[in-house]
Amino acid sequence: MSLVSDSAEFATGGTASPRYEPSIASVGDYLSLMKPRVMSLVVFTALVGIMIAPGHIHPVIGFTALLCIAVGAGAAGTLNMWYDADIDAVMTRTSSRAIPRGRVAPGEALAFGAVLAAFSVGVLGLLVSWAAAALLAFTIFFYVVVYTAWLKRSTPQNIVIGGAAGAFPPVIGWVATTGGISLEPCLLFLIIFFWTPPHFWSLSLVRADDYARARIPMLPVVAGMQETRRQILLYSAVLVPVGAAPWLLGYAHVTYGVTAVVAGAAMVALAWRVCSEPEGERGGRAARRLFAFSIVYLFVLFAVLLVEDGLGVFIGRAA
Amino acid sequence: MDEKRQTIVLSEEQKRRRRMRSIAIALALGALVILFYVVTLVKGPGVLNRPL
Repeated sequence: MSLVSDSAEFATGGTASPRYEPSIASVGDYLSLMKPRVMSLVVFTALVGIMIAPGHIHPVIGFTALLCIAVGAGAAGTLNMWYDADIDAVMTRTSSRAIPRGRVAPGEALAFGAVLAAFSVGVLGLLVSWAAAALLAFTIFFYVVVYTAWLKRSTPQNIVIGGAAGAFPPVIGWVATTGGISLEPCLLFLIIFFWTPPHFWSLSLVRADDYARARIPMLPVVAGMQETRRQILLYSAVLVPVGAAPWLLGYAHVTYGVTAVVAGAAMVALAWRVCSEPEGERGGRAARRLFAFSIVYLFVLFAVLLVEDGLGVFIGRAA
Repeated sequence: MDEKRQTIVLSEEQKRRRRMRSIAIALALGALVILFYVVTLVKGPGVLNRPL
């Protein structure tokens, strides 16, 4: 962020010094660096982790945990945009982001992301739990260093392994409430982990040219469209039992079980449609439909867990 | 030795955006102060008890 005064002076000596450009970034530009749409899903899954965990957490402490997880996710998104500014500039989907558009300087984005990361981890540790803070720090590290800087540009399995970063928020929420980890948050982790490949690859089917232009080894670019469709179907099929696991293992009620099985079947049906439709406009439409439904799928599953837990508390109090 | 000095004069739009950024930072810091204050009240003497 700029600290230049209204009429700042600076000296130009014999050596060429870089020309200072006053920042033209608005508050909205900085907020856009935090990937608010991704953040909303992170906040929701973390909220479910906080709420369904056994034990009591004071609403203010719970809100603080949620705020820190949201800001931590924003920090990871900002650092991702800083590192990926070069490829964002050549991809149609991302070329209008704040850094490639020249609204925020790369150095400003780096500083903004680093400050957000430090504050989110520090505040979570000081006010809630150092175990949750350590997990949040690891999540930011995993997303920025392991996924963004390493895997994304080197392997078509980038979003499979990197997807773990998006699967941590409900676990962090759980740890914030209980102070420890058990099987239930691991199941929530696995649901998001196996949900990520069909979600992301359905988008990459439509944007394959973009990724190829940016030299990102996404699965459709490296292995081809047909192999990507096959992998989408495979992961969608695995997602059905994984999604139903909280019910199968007795951690959720039958409402969740029915929802998970029906929504999982719909996911597989849409993935099958992606597989069977020919390439071109119809194939693209099927992929977009799967991408949109996958967001609904994750939201519905976690929402039912939240509602079941809320009803359980309500019934418990009424009894 | 003479030094050639240049002056940057911000446009009205740049000044307006800088003002908005400054307000946003002030609000964020204010919110952080309130958050720490409220959590201190909620936790009471246990505010220093931060188990792993």
